[in-house]
Amino acid sequence: MTGVLEVDGLRRRYGDTDVLCGIDLRLGAGEALCVIGASGSGKSTLLRCVDLLEPVDDGTVRLDGRDVTDPRVDADKVRREIGVVFQAYNLFPHLTVLDNVTLAPRVVHRRSRGEARATAERLLDRFGLGDRAGAYPDSLSGGQQQRVALVRAVATGPRLLLLDEVTSALDPELVGEVLDMVAELRADGMTMLIATHELAFARDVANRVAFLHDGVVHEEGPATQVLESPRRERTAAYLSRFRAG
Amino acid sequence: MTDDPWVVSETQRARLRYRRRRTLQRGLLAVASTVVGLGLLSWLVTSAPGWITVQARYFDLDEARTALPDVASAFWLNVRLFVVAEVLILVVAVVVALVRVVPTPAMAPVRLLAVVYTDAFRGTPTLLVVYLVCFGFPALELQGVPTSLFWLGVIALTLSYGAYVAEVVRAGIVSVHPSQALSARALGLTYGQSMRRVVLPQAMRRVLPPLLNDFVSLQKDTALLASVGLVEALRAADIQAKQNFDFTPYVVTAAFFIAVTVPVARLTDWLALRQARREQGLAS
Repeated sequence: MTGVLEVDGLRRRYGDTDVLCGIDLRLGAGEALCVIGASGSGKSTLLRCVDLLEPVDDGTVRLDGRDVTDPRVDADKVRREIGVVFQAYNLFPHLTVLDNVTLAPRVVHRRSRGEARATAERLLDRFGLGDRAGAYPDSLSGGQQQRVALVRAVATGPRLLLLDEVTSALDPELVGEVLDMVAELRADGMTMLIATHELAFARDVANRVAFLHDGVVHEEGPATQVLESPRRERTAAYLSRFRAG
Repeated sequence: MTDDPWVVSETQRARLRYRRRRTLQRGLLAVASTVVGLGLLSWLVTSAPGWITVQARYFDLDEARTALPDVASAFWLNVRLFVVAEVLILVVAVVVALVRVVPTPAMAPVRLLAVVYTDAFRGTPTLLVVYLVCFGFPALELQGVPTSLFWLGVIALTLSYGAYVAEVVRAGIVSVHPSQALSARALGLTYGQSMRRVVLPQAMRRVLPPLLNDFVSLQKDTALLASVGLVEALRAADIQAKQNFDFTPYVVTAAFFIAVTVPVARLTDWLALRQARREQGLAS
């Protein structure tokens, strides 16, 4: 059985530093895998490599069984199938919320303006952003901006959603609204690869957790097992730092 | 919500009274110092030994009336020159700026050409470019090279200003945070699409003030074409001035240039303000 995402021996090096030294991951349809690990452990790099926003130095990434790290593959077409949400929202400040959401459906997926708009409005309404459609991103709260970024990422109907520390830039009281939305998308059956520091969220939303350490997947397994009774010492040490605090 | 009606406190009312009084005092002071300053300046000028002569030579109302129609119709040529040139400059500038930022290795030769172009034309005095183009191009006797001074002038100004404006546009493109292009690419937009839809619109908004500043400068530099015999406003004023040995036509011409450049400056401020208000969600 081929999964939605298969990563084999993925390597990425910056100068003399090996950030990823052979990552192996499998992600089946409808699964949510949380990647945890210390700052600088390569979580974001892994996500960017999967979306081909960074070149890989070795190894393969397969999307629905197809090797997308092959240089003959059109990376733009691969990215169309993957939605990404970044830590810093990265909304386009010169476009309204509605235009942010409809840009890719119109320009990339060649949907008509009316069709793109209808989809966008339905999604914005569903996630309580319907009244902000005409607003510009800078006039929204951080939580609202991140929810718009989530809507923007799913408006094209991606095969896979990558979430890169989507709550790390938010005030604590705004984290909940974003995580609720992610949980709702998960309930819809969206396949997700999530880099996060929110262990409680990892437990609630992910069915599997992978702990990244020294550039490899140090431990991987069902979310509750890894988070509550880790098998490896390093994983336990990392997790205990959160429990203590 | 509370049922308690808000009665402005005595402290707040005292603050408001104080602020009103302070604003009034400061306003009066500003008016008074402006009046005194301008008064002093005009006294200084009018009491100068040569003032009577200057007044007759530069501010002769009859001369101004005679010069006005000629200068006005000649100034229309300046307007046409800079409007046409501004459009072409924008095109050249955006193309050159894009060539310089596109990272494709295959573009290296074109990129080198763009660098040489900006370096050469920013380094050459505009007047010299005017001479070289207006005298040099026709001398080539090439088919299709325009021979009208108007178009040669437009070409010279476009070449010179295109180099400046290209650098302004490039600075704008570089100033848009890479995360913007990254998230556009993540949405599946191609390099070209993310440049056109996401990066360039933000870049152009940011560089609007320096861009219009260059355009104000260009509007004035249309007068350089007087040197190759194009009868634009300055040349028309020159002809008039030399007939009567009176410099009033120059002052009239200056007034025409100011009349177009000042509104452009105000327009820039207004556009920038509107943009900021819209994107920050402030009431406009």
